[in-house]
Amino acid sequence: MSLLSKSQADGLSGKQPEETEGKWRHGMKSLLKSKTGTLGILIVLVVCIIAIGAPLFATHEPAKISPAQRLLPPMWLEGGAPDHLLGTDNLGRDIWSRIVYGSQVSLIVGIGAVLLSGAIGALLGLLAGFYGKWVNAIIMRVADAFIAIPAILFMLVVLAVLGPGLGTLIFVIGVTNWVSYARVVRGEVLSVKERDFVKAARALGARNGRIIFTHILPNVLSSFIIISTMSVATTIIMEASLSFLGLGIKPPAVSWGGMLSDGRQYLATSWWVATFPGLAITITVLGVIFFGDWLRDMLDPRMKSKE
Amino acid sequence: MGKYIVKSLLQMVPVLFLISAIVFVLVHVTGDPVNLMLPETATEEDRAVLSKALGLDRPLYIQFGLFLYNAVQGDFGHSFHYGQSALPLVLERLPASFQLAGAGMLIATLLAIPLGIISALKRNTYLDLFISGLSALGKGMPNFWTGIMLILLFSVILGIFPVSGKGGPEHLVLPAITLGAGIAAQMTRLIRASMLEILNQEYIRTARSKGLLETIVIFKHALRNGLIPVVTIMGLQFTSLIGGTLVTETVFSWPGLGQLLVSAVNTHDMSIVQAAVFVIAIIVLAVNLLTDIVYRYLDPRIKYS
Repeated sequence: MSLLSKSQADGLSGKQPEETEGKWRHGMKSLLKSKTGTLGILIVLVVCIIAIGAPLFATHEPAKISPAQRLLPPMWLEGGAPDHLLGTDNLGRDIWSRIVYGSQVSLIVGIGAVLLSGAIGALLGLLAGFYGKWVNAIIMRVADAFIAIPAILFMLVVLAVLGPGLGTLIFVIGVTNWVSYARVVRGEVLSVKERDFVKAARALGARNGRIIFTHILPNVLSSFIIISTMSVATTIIMEASLSFLGLGIKPPAVSWGGMLSDGRQYLATSWWVATFPGLAITITVLGVIFFGDWLRDMLDPRMKSKE
Repeated sequence: MGKYIVKSLLQMVPVLFLISAIVFVLVHVTGDPVNLMLPETATEEDRAVLSKALGLDRPLYIQFGLFLYNAVQGDFGHSFHYGQSALPLVLERLPASFQLAGAGMLIATLLAIPLGIISALKRNTYLDLFISGLSALGKGMPNFWTGIMLILLFSVILGIFPVSGKGGPEHLVLPAITLGAGIAAQMTRLIRASMLEILNQEYIRTARSKGLLETIVIFKHALRNGLIPVVTIMGLQFTSLIGGTLVTETVFSWPGLGQLLVSAVNTHDMSIVQAAVFVIAIIVLAVNLLTDIVYRYLDPRIKYS
């Protein structure tokens, strides 16, 4: 025992809880040290709270049309009504309330699609890396084909066939974005597979399923979390773009992209209709990116941007 | 070299085959193609005629074979919206899209190369922080919103550039900036990382310790090698360029392929959708190959295997 260093001894005697606690404390410290990380997590938290408590934060029914109140400017401008914080759109709907409810769609699609593509990518990446040979060849060729078609093109074709809607949107973005997960998971599996502890497990008679779940998956987890976080940001933009093109969320459901598309026609007279939803998208996406950057630096020092 | 190109071209065949299979499955299996291809106002007679013309009574694999056979000859069927063959309609839109994509890429490159290099040289200064902030902002702003804000500022408020449409060079400015800004944001980050890696290399240290002027070290030693990955980066940005073009064309009513495709999807004009997907896929594959060739030419260490 005395021949082992302290950390090795800890590892052998399985001092798991203390180690995790140390990790958490380290994480919190590094979060507070990183200003953008703190800002990112604050933004993400605020958006989540607004989305979950939407009825509490909205001042009006998001879909309620009131022709008498159409295109009112924000409340601090001349002509603004005190009960319409960010003004109203071309149908007299309250913009603040619509942004509040729109956050639900952004988050549901963002998280739903990422979970789906993560699951597909992890499964295919594991299969390709673990079994190799023709399984690997087929999966990686399919991945090449997916890379060759710009994602948005594939989505357009699927949406043209299936028609727009929340479920379709999650499905189509999820099915399109699995390639990066598959590649990273496959790479990680290939390197982990050759390490001694996996060889040892196999020599002890562990079956494939057991090796995958207890030895390989935990090792892939941190890269997986990093890509997922970054994907939430791109997915939110993707959803907004598709809704903007009229192919995503259909009214009466509210989407930030759809709001922007409405506001585009009234740009000359009412700048606020298109400005605030865009601001909401940008702030949310930046928050997720900042949070993701910090997460990457903490979970995987190898991927840390050289600073 | 020639052998390598031939091999790469041959490798494109299965990818194109897969893409056509995906498109075929989407159109023919997930829904009734007759319903998808005809507008909602079509009569029963129209449906019957089209159904027979498409050979929908035959087995699926024969239909797929026919679809491929026609596609190889450039026949994707007629557009119901325009009453013309789909492929010429798609090809006719290409020049406008290339013009926009080229201008956007030019702006992105002109912005990203100097910003990326400055950011790497002045690493961890306020200037670097400012540039990093800018590129984060460029990544966070959806480009259709960037476009709308540019229209608001330069067309509505200042009245300098036209709101939309295609005409003289002044029509190109705002769409090109919209498209270029988002791509510049990603490129700047990648160029910064590439330059930082080069600046840490031994030969740069040697050049510096020889007492060479810093400008010579940067421009002669570092930049030449630092720009090699940039070619790959530009190639990789091409797919996001196409996605960006789709949206930007819609924002500015730019009469390119993207606008045609989006309106075809909205009106269920499936022959145009199919033709456009094929044309874009072929362009993407060609650009990938071209990037690969240029990269290998610039960096002789890479063998053609």
